[in-house]
Amino acid sequence: MKPPAFLYHDPRSIDEAVALLARLDNARLLAGGQSLMPMLNMRYVLPDHIIDLNRIEALAGVRQIGETLRIGAMTRQRDIAEHPLVRSRLPLMVEALGHVGHRQTRNRGTIGGSLCHLDPAAELVAVAANLDATIEIVGPKGARLLPMAEFALGFMTPAIAPDEMVAAVNLPLPAARHGYAFLEMARRHGDFAIVAVAVVLTLDPAGRLATCAITLGGAAAVPRRMAEAETMLRGAAPDALLFGRAAATARAVDALEDAQVPGWYRRQVAETLIERALATAHRRAVAANGMAS
Amino acid sequence: MSDGGCASRSIAVTVNGSVCRAEAPVRLTLSDFLRQTLHLTGTHLGCEHGVCGACTVLVDGRAMRSCLMLAVQADGHQVTTIEGLAAPDGSLHPLQAAFCRHHGLQCGFCTPGLLTTLVEFLKDCPDPTAAEIREAISGNICRCTGYDSIVAATIEAARALRGDGTTP
Repeated sequence: MKPPAFLYHDPRSIDEAVALLARLDNARLLAGGQSLMPMLNMRYVLPDHIIDLNRIEALAGVRQIGETLRIGAMTRQRDIAEHPLVRSRLPLMVEALGHVGHRQTRNRGTIGGSLCHLDPAAELVAVAANLDATIEIVGPKGARLLPMAEFALGFMTPAIAPDEMVAAVNLPLPAARHGYAFLEMARRHGDFAIVAVAVVLTLDPAGRLATCAITLGGAAAVPRRMAEAETMLRGAAPDALLFGRAAATARAVDALEDAQVPGWYRRQVAETLIERALATAHRRAVAANGMAS
Repeated sequence: MSDGGCASRSIAVTVNGSVCRAEAPVRLTLSDFLRQTLHLTGTHLGCEHGVCGACTVLVDGRAMRSCLMLAVQADGHQVTTIEGLAAPDGSLHPLQAAFCRHHGLQCGFCTPGLLTTLVEFLKDCPDPTAAEIREAISGNICRCTGYDSIVAATIEAARALRGDGTTP
């Protein structure tokens, strides 16, 4: 249970890190290390080089650019959850982060690390998918932007080349008066989600649903936007019956199966959580708009 | 600055207030650095893959799993271990004293990680509910399952640290 031998590099700038990535064979980027370090200790990965990103200050920080929140890849989960902009404009993120690991792992774990590890059950991956995030990727040819839907290529496989790295994630901010909910079912607090659900919705002045985004995490290899349910809800007058019908679309999800959790169980949990998340998000949207419920 | 990469590096880590300089192989974890290089064996190693929480230490005041950090990453940083909680005269930290009174430890294996986690938690949340304490220690596994005593000790320690009420 000790890491294998490797050579260690701790660049101070993004350019330097990209140059190292281009030059070195079999190199792994070390972000917060809350997934890579266990994998090293268990020798699931045997890199020749570790490129530690923890001393690159330019990779950390949260700032608002227009109606987008730009979060640097090396921003710690704890710092994101405590950031005033995140707390005021993106409470979905705060609620989701409450489910991410534990106090000790959030103190060290980063958003970029979580996105690149791309665990199907990762809360931050589901949030990024739900908000239609754009991932900022840097490589030897410069920077490029990739929508989250294209970034999440497949099971634990982000669409980044071996000589590229994630520099930041851009999260479009929902309208100021939105409703949100992040719900998760796990066997114990901090465990990987069996299913997680993220919902963001807005209401028009008549109280009908103007926009609605629903994402399932943990259910499939990559986060699954519930497009059919979203279409069903858009423009409709919200009520419990409608939320139930929208949630029932989860019955068609081709859900992951594993030794502990059969696919049919994930589908049932997904349906229940979507229904609850829609109700919670709607209640919050009504309150945010000062409407009578 | 990076160069061709290194397999070993000379590091300086402030541990419990004293600067410790040592040559560290880059693959050495912070936990093994504390235990084997500095002989601070109060930091316990349970699982070595970030699940049990026994190896939790404070890095720049924040609770982190020392088995999931490399010693070289602590270069230039402040680390507090269980050995650094009591006052220099040996008097126990209020959390340690409360753990003693409430039987917050049985075999004691998880205790260093619980105490370091709770030191940080009570700074952030000086007046916690029992539910908040249980959530804060969700990443620390006590296989004696003495959680009720741990929660009771933490509530008392919080009171003592706030300075309201008397401790027995």
